[in-house]
Amino acid sequence: MPRLLPYLLLLPATAFLCLFFLYPFVQVAHDSVMRNGVYTLENFSRMAGHWKFSTAFWNTMLLAAVVVPIQLAMALTMASIVTKLQRGRSSILYIFAIPLGISDLAAGLIWLSVFEQSGFLNSWLVGLGIVDQPILLLGYQNTWVIFIAIVLAEVWRATAIMMVILVAGMGLIPKEYGEAADVFGATRWQKFRRVTLPMLKPSLQTALILRVILAFEVFAVVVALGGTQLPVLMSETYHWQFAMQERGVAAAFAMVILGVSVAFTILILRLLHVPKGARV
Amino acid sequence: MAVIEIKQVAKSFGSFTALHSVDLTIADQEFMVLLGASGCGKTTLLRIIAGLETPTIGEVWIGGRRVDHLPPRERGIAMVFQNYAVFPHLTVFENIAFGLRMKKMDQAEVTRRVNRTAELMHIEQLLKRYSGELSGGQRQRVAVARALAMEPDVILMDEPLSNLDALLRLEMRAELKGVLAESNTTTIYVTHDQVEAMSLADRISVMNGGRIVQAANPVEVYRNPAARFVGSFIGNPPMNFLKAEPAGAGKWQVAGQVFDGPASAAAEFAIRPEDLHPAEAGLPAEVRVVEPLGPHTLVTASVAGQPFRAVLESNLLPAPGDVLHLAPVPDRIRWFDPATQSALR
Repeated sequence: MPRLLPYLLLLPATAFLCLFFLYPFVQVAHDSVMRNGVYTLENFSRMAGHWKFSTAFWNTMLLAAVVVPIQLAMALTMASIVTKLQRGRSSILYIFAIPLGISDLAAGLIWLSVFEQSGFLNSWLVGLGIVDQPILLLGYQNTWVIFIAIVLAEVWRATAIMMVILVAGMGLIPKEYGEAADVFGATRWQKFRRVTLPMLKPSLQTALILRVILAFEVFAVVVALGGTQLPVLMSETYHWQFAMQERGVAAAFAMVILGVSVAFTILILRLLHVPKGARV
Repeated sequence: MAVIEIKQVAKSFGSFTALHSVDLTIADQEFMVLLGASGCGKTTLLRIIAGLETPTIGEVWIGGRRVDHLPPRERGIAMVFQNYAVFPHLTVFENIAFGLRMKKMDQAEVTRRVNRTAELMHIEQLLKRYSGELSGGQRQRVAVARALAMEPDVILMDEPLSNLDALLRLEMRAELKGVLAESNTTTIYVTHDQVEAMSLADRISVMNGGRIVQAANPVEVYRNPAARFVGSFIGNPPMNFLKAEPAGAGKWQVAGQVFDGPASAAAEFAIRPEDLHPAEAGLPAEVRVVEPLGPHTLVTASVAGQPFRAVLESNLLPAPGDVLHLAPVPDRIRWFDPATQSALR
């Protein structure tokens, strides 16, 4: 009996996951290859054939490619600084973590109030006499401003989650390794590059996978700041599901997001693989 | 050439003083052991020399150069850490090469030095492995090889053998002594193990409460402890101490026996357990416990109500309750000042 007990205790949670996660997931996968009661790939061809698909796909990729490296660099820098603090460490961590408590839509709205025509940025520009009258920053003529605004909002909103993971990871590296690096002639940069970074791989894996998956699912911030000016995969999924009432095509979009997420997760796991025996 | 001079170095952590104004000069190529119980400041002193800790006041000189304001990498030192600190993400080869890579040494020289030191430490067959695949003893060898590969002026060792099991420790001790004697480096070695200290050191600095109590060669430290603490810390079993009553000029009465002693106001009698032999007249010792240990017999007794130990020949097997008369070897008797705890000569 005691042998079975752990499984028995895990049963409710497992059943819950199967019922409310695995079942809907299979349902969506099924929907994506089903049209008018027959199995077909037509949903995917409709999706791929639509003129917005490749824009949405590449916008999503580009956003992830810009946002994640910036966040990684910032999170690493911030985590290195926070780890070295003698006191006030937890207060700083709390302050950095504030944006984590805000929903992504609210974050989008905050940055909208900065960039919109009657927003802070415009009133400063006018107040300083740089422009005569407020300019339309988030218009369709300059989607690159929308892009920058989204990057800013995303960096502001979600860097802290990476930092928190990396701070925890750095805390797990025994101090002696850093001291050994010091004694054996490493400069600060060499120590970071040759000792801290490689030993941080497991935490980097977690942080990157989490962030990259979230980056592919970017939605509310994009909608708040760009409306339909900057389509991304998630906003297209929403559009097909609710505006076009095309459940199958929406499911196909969802499968694409899933596929991309899985592919990148595997890539990150491979790239940051720590061989057995080389673990801390 | 690397003489190490420590000049009035003190270190406080908040209100706790780990080191009180330490002065110490270590000669070129000397093997100096810092010996003391945990919390005596020996590791702090080593870390100050390494540059991992900054002294609150005082100066550290290595090879005629003042280094206390320099980072560790500019001090010409290498170090072996207590927990080895062998990098888990690097192979044994790259671990040994680590310091050489930091110096941007060319590949041929790196390979030559790694192979040479690996051979010296008998780990040449492990060069491709990661530290997770090594035993504690092998990691220890890698840590030593990494330090030797630097060909440093000074090697610092922080309790390098304390995590090994007893047999392995014995083996590594002898090996370290041989390897370091050939390496022309000045060595500072921290340990709490007196046997290790005695066997390795050219000189031992016995530390207590953040001070160096005595710095001398092992035999001197053992035979002529500069303070009561040294006598009670070194030696297993440690020195015996007995109260002494004045009995005329330079004469002291100890447990009914009269001995020649120092001409001071007060004194405490001290004798090593092995410097005693049974005699007609001697210190009356009431035997409590008898431990036959093979080469000799350890007797725990009480002399005039004070604890007392004697190491006697193994053919002598008294029974608990017996009274032995133990005569001390006259020139092995030592005297301490009960007030200052320092030796009286």
